[in-house]
Amino acid sequence: MSALEEVRWDAAYNFAYLDEQTKRMIRRALLKAIAVPGYQVPFGGREMPLAYGWGTGGIQVTASVIGPDDTLKVIDQGADDTTNAVSIRRFFSRVAGVDTTEATEEADIIQTRHRIPEAPLREGQVLVYQVPQPEPLRQLEPRETETRKMHGYAEYGLMHVRLYEDIARYGHIATTYSYPVMVNGRYLMSPSPIPKFDNPKMQDNPAIQLFGAGREKRIYAIPPYASVKSLDFDDHPFEVQTWDEACALCGAQNSYLDEVVLDDRGGKMFVCSDTHFCADRRAEGHRGELGGDPAALAFARTAEEEGADR
Amino acid sequence: MYVAVKGGERAILNSHELIAETRRGDTSVPEVSTWQISEQLGLAVDRVMAEGSLYDRDLAALAIKQAQGDLVEAIFLLRAYRTTLPRLAVSLPVDTAEMLVRRRVSAAYKDIPGGQVLGPTYDYTHRLLDFALAAEEGVGDPEAPVGETPLEEGMPHVADILDYEGLIEPEVPAEDADEPFDLTREPMSFPADRDQRLQNLARGDEGFVLALGYSTQRGFGGTHPFAGEIRMGEVSIEIVPEELGFAIDIGDVVVSECHMINQFEGSAERPPQFTRGYGLSFGHNERKVMAMALVDRALRAREFGEEARYPAEDEEFVLYHADNVEAAGFVSHLKLPHYVDFQAELGLIRKLRREFEERQQKDAAE
Amino acid sequence: MSTSHDAALLKPGFTDAVFEAQAGFRALLDALAYAGRITTLEVSLDPPAPLDPATAAIALTLFDFDTKVWLDAPAAAGPVPAWIRFHCGSPIVSETHDAQFALVADARHLPGLGDFDIGEDRHPDRSSTLVIQVPALTGGSATRWTGPGINGSIEVAIAALPEGFWAQWDDNHALYPQGVDVLFVCGRQVIGLPRGVKVEV
Repeated sequence: MSALEEVRWDAAYNFAYLDEQTKRMIRRALLKAIAVPGYQVPFGGREMPLAYGWGTGGIQVTASVIGPDDTLKVIDQGADDTTNAVSIRRFFSRVAGVDTTEATEEADIIQTRHRIPEAPLREGQVLVYQVPQPEPLRQLEPRETETRKMHGYAEYGLMHVRLYEDIARYGHIATTYSYPVMVNGRYLMSPSPIPKFDNPKMQDNPAIQLFGAGREKRIYAIPPYASVKSLDFDDHPFEVQTWDEACALCGAQNSYLDEVVLDDRGGKMFVCSDTHFCADRRAEGHRGELGGDPAALAFARTAEEEGADR
Repeated sequence: MYVAVKGGERAILNSHELIAETRRGDTSVPEVSTWQISEQLGLAVDRVMAEGSLYDRDLAALAIKQAQGDLVEAIFLLRAYRTTLPRLAVSLPVDTAEMLVRRRVSAAYKDIPGGQVLGPTYDYTHRLLDFALAAEEGVGDPEAPVGETPLEEGMPHVADILDYEGLIEPEVPAEDADEPFDLTREPMSFPADRDQRLQNLARGDEGFVLALGYSTQRGFGGTHPFAGEIRMGEVSIEIVPEELGFAIDIGDVVVSECHMINQFEGSAERPPQFTRGYGLSFGHNERKVMAMALVDRALRAREFGEEARYPAEDEEFVLYHADNVEAAGFVSHLKLPHYVDFQAELGLIRKLRREFEERQQKDAAE
Repeated sequence: MSTSHDAALLKPGFTDAVFEAQAGFRALLDALAYAGRITTLEVSLDPPAPLDPATAAIALTLFDFDTKVWLDAPAAAGPVPAWIRFHCGSPIVSETHDAQFALVADARHLPGLGDFDIGEDRHPDRSSTLVIQVPALTGGSATRWTGPGINGSIEVAIAALPEGFWAQWDDNHALYPQGVDVLFVCGRQVIGLPRGVKVEV
């Protein structure tokens, strides 16, 4: 094994930072999580050299899964170059010496906060979600003893009532992210704060989806090809967000768009939140309506130059 | 443009340079050493060791220097370091009755065996700024007079004196007392036993525990406390190495301890007895252990068949929110970009407003 | 803990604990995630009899002083208990119901699945994981598996399982989300059968 011949990571720490006992404990929790899709397995989460709420759960999961030959991609808000994504990627370069990439298809492990990449995932890939609040019922019932009971007896009426109240008040379900899903027909699960646009990607995904909540000390999982249904009602079926606009840079009409404010007089453009997806499309020659605009391109370039600096 | 957030790696590195510069401050002022922090900001070091769950004055002082005096940040640094340390041995329980006392007071009795020992305390200093401390020539070599008679060795706890008369609930070790709950290795679980609660409070944020303890005094869960005893001093730490089979002393640590004596309980079967609240912490952290003892007693409501009505009596509320590393992390994570979800909310609110206006126009037309 | 004299007689563990455990775990994650597929544990391990290399690798990857381990009679008779105590530090338990992990060296000695820990309604993760060695992972009577981790359905033909095993599995599956999880092992190969999988004979 090449990793044994040359130490490529910070030798002051064990490979991937965590000690082996901690990894074993997390690995056991991960296997049980896979066996009971959507169920939150409590684990002895460790303090990480990163603040709680900033990805400590995802980092512990990634550290327990990753090997020296894996290639890692880290995204936050769909972008490889947001500061927290850069920071976590730097952490794993340092403590595990692994190769990193921005290309979704080249990655063995993708750690993400708030998005699922637009490009379809494949078998064998592992998608690790950072989860701030693993309990989908927490906003409705603050007590863990109560919510654990609800999961135990699959009593999810409270959530249905909450969604129906939205319909009564607004005419729609007014949840746009962290939209609750039912996994394998049994557990109500928080998909983490991804926009509901991404929810359908969880269903029957060929990749392994792992969720880590460090502060709340919970791990859960969705195995490949599993049933993941967004809650809805017969007369109010689940719908994802759509935009009237296309991506101003690459012209994509089927990706999640971020609104970029251009001035304080209502000027704005919409661009893909998945920066790699957008760059790939532009490399293939796709252009949006501002695709030739110097200011818009400068915006896209900032991201690419930062990538090249590494 | 949104370059600030897209700034990426260069911005992070520059930010690190900037905090190094800011931390150092005006370079014409001599740099503070960790020795100076350890010796002269000792109570800050004590708090960081207590909430950082690591007894190491030098590392705590380093953390305080690195965190530019931000104690919550220093506690975080110490915790993150602590998790990387191997677990070499588990010590025997410390015997605080054998403490080498530096300070020991009881509010429940006028005098107690072993005596009241005022020791170093700010309690009776008038809180007047002492401008002598700001003087350029410094404070010199202050020296306190040595007592005329040495303190007695081994001072019995005031609670034990009451226990002898049967006036306070006896302390009965839990069935699993050999293996206390360890929050650093297991996730929180409920209902929580007293070992889990006390560990949580000992690591908990001083301000949070103080406010909760205060709330019980003001009536949000009255516990009618008397400060049975507060003591501070050195206790020895002993371990039993497997190859030796007997206990050896591996060093001393300074701890603070508080026994609160609380309202009595009684029933048809049981004569009335005072109840206990307990606080223990690394270092000299008197305010913390007193507040901890108040909250400990409040959290024992279930044990005494009392209705848990107030925040300090609610174990899920107290235990889940006491840790300042968790709390600071989650509050500060709001600084991370959330623009994807915000975009989702923007889309929804615009749609809802459009529909609202359409309804208004329709109503007006009718 | 064994004395150094015993240790000298014991078979070694992993050559490189960090990387072999990582590789072992990834194979197990794949095996349980892609239920029914044969996954290979690439280990060069000299296991204590009667353990297969994959069984020994599972022990070294997942067991430690926090995991209670139950051994069937053939595994308990030989050097395996001492090997596990030395390399993993795991307590060996005599009651199937106490087992977090069970090593079954010979599937013919498999106790009823219902004798193991099925977890609790609020904590279904606290259930036993069974590692069952079989003479072959193919060539047995055909079964059709469906459920999470399986794209449609998959044909599996594990050899030499005791009679009535699949009826017991039906009962175990019916307990979902409680129930035990199984890893079938032969040589270096593993097939995962988590509790959520429905098996038709």
